[in-house]
Amino acid sequence: MTWVLVAVMVVATALSDLLQSYEMKQAGAQSVGARGLGRLLRTIVERRYLLLSFVCLAFSFFAFMALVQTAPLSFAVPASAASFILETALAKILLKEQIGARRAAGTLLVLCGVLLLGR
Amino acid sequence: MAPSSRTIRTYVLLLLFLALRAFGNLSLAWGTKHLPETLAADPLVYLRSMMDPFVALGIVMLILALLARLALLSVADLSFILPMTAIGYLLAALLGRFFLHEAVSPQRWLAVALIFGGAALVSGTPQNTTGRVEDRK
Repeated sequence: MTWVLVAVMVVATALSDLLQSYEMKQAGAQSVGARGLGRLLRTIVERRYLLLSFVCLAFSFFAFMALVQTAPLSFAVPASAASFILETALAKILLKEQIGARRAAGTLLVLCGVLLLGR
Repeated sequence: MAPSSRTIRTYVLLLLFLALRAFGNLSLAWGTKHLPETLAADPLVYLRSMMDPFVALGIVMLILALLARLALLSVADLSFILPMTAIGYLLAALLGRFFLHEAVSPQRWLAVALIFGGAALVSGTPQNTTGRVEDRK
């Protein structure tokens, strides 16, 4: 059951993050403060894929909630990072982000750490 | 916008996000571990569990973390944000160790060092490679 929950969480997180990143780049730079928060909330209502990303996020969240009830926090949170390499690859392919050698190396190093942490 | 103010804003949002997420997770873990029933596929059990004050507080903090992250995504690449927010895994290990009394092995602390190294490598790279034309020099 633990790994079913991890799988649901990871796939839902990857989908949600891709949709969020895509829509927020379209929306433009946000500011910090009360007016910025108002504008951010309006953006959330206006953008369709952003709403879809929240549906994915809800699935991911409830899976995490069930996971954290039985598994240690120091396992559940690192396990959520299994989405990491999937997301970075999809960010390059779908969002056309440029992943330089240094960023790729850093990402892989973090991934190694996260895998070790989750064992 | 000047590049420096954009950089400062990015790191302020990053700090806000990390703190809200770490303590939100801690509160949620504490709350769910003390629930009388097991969370499974039944949505009603999840709704009832939200009446627990620690679960509710955790959810509020995680919603605020989400808003901070949305603002962060508008100024920086997903592939920059993902490794930087990996610091959150270290925070989870620390909070699990000290507040939930979980056993954290030397192997896990080694993992923590790897994560810091990776995050440091990434923090020196450009934060936005797909930004709109007017944002670029």
